[in-house]
Amino acid sequence: MTTRIDATGTRIGMWIFLYSEIILFGGLFVLYAVYFYEYPELFAKGGKELNRIIGSLNTVVLLVSSFTVASSITAIQRGKKGQAMGFLAFSIFCGLVFVVNKYFEWGAKIHHDIYPNSATLQDGEPGLNIFFGLYYVITGLHGLHVIIGMVLLTVSLILVLRGRITASRYALLENSGLYWHLVDLIWIFVFPLFYLVL
Amino acid sequence: MESIEEHRHIMGYGQLAVILALLLALTGVTVAVSYIHLGFFNVPLALTIASLKAALVLLFFMHLRFEGPVIRYSFITTVLFLAIMIGFTFWDVAFR
Repeated sequence: MTTRIDATGTRIGMWIFLYSEIILFGGLFVLYAVYFYEYPELFAKGGKELNRIIGSLNTVVLLVSSFTVASSITAIQRGKKGQAMGFLAFSIFCGLVFVVNKYFEWGAKIHHDIYPNSATLQDGEPGLNIFFGLYYVITGLHGLHVIIGMVLLTVSLILVLRGRITASRYALLENSGLYWHLVDLIWIFVFPLFYLVL
Repeated sequence: MESIEEHRHIMGYGQLAVILALLLALTGVTVAVSYIHLGFFNVPLALTIASLKAALVLLFFMHLRFEGPVIRYSFITTVLFLAIMIGFTFWDVAFR
């Protein structure tokens, strides 16, 4: 019996899902653009409160993990199972580093009484309140995507180990990779908008 | 089990590493530029660099460069839609 696998069709399905993700984050970026126009000075002030070092570090971590995910696909295409697993394990580790950094970053902000509905933001300037509201919603939703991406990469890693993802059939790994790259893409825009404004 | 997978382009590790190096370099540029005060001009500059980085990720890490017309054109359509969504909303607010 031969089973026909339409890898291109599988990929098209994944891309269509990614388009919906792009529009989802696009909507949030519209909100950012409109309120940035309204309160440019306060957004700049809010941006200076964020830690640029952690932001840059997280950018590097995500870019490197995107590279290793792309490399794991090259490895599986060449039939190098061990290499593919190594690259995937490293990518998942990068995701973990990102999430831990985010935990400390949010923790520090919450410690300084900057979180949704906190007294400092409630009684302070409305622009700052909106800036940090958007910061928590966008980085929170992005962080959720990082966690989902890590789960997908872990599933791919297990299936590579079990020999279910091979050089002739690797659509799941490829689609998990696409998801991971999308998470990276969104961060590429989040980073300058929140951490580097003016 | 037989796959009817078409001939797929394989990106070498070296090629991928070059893309990563470019991405890291552009990250360095965007951080450096943010310390130079250009007023409002900082924003379009940061977004241009971000778009360049996004293009590199899409074209090479996500293999968009080697995809067929369906994925290629549907992606371009999504970007156009996003541009309309952001652009028109923003003009409405800016010239209200």
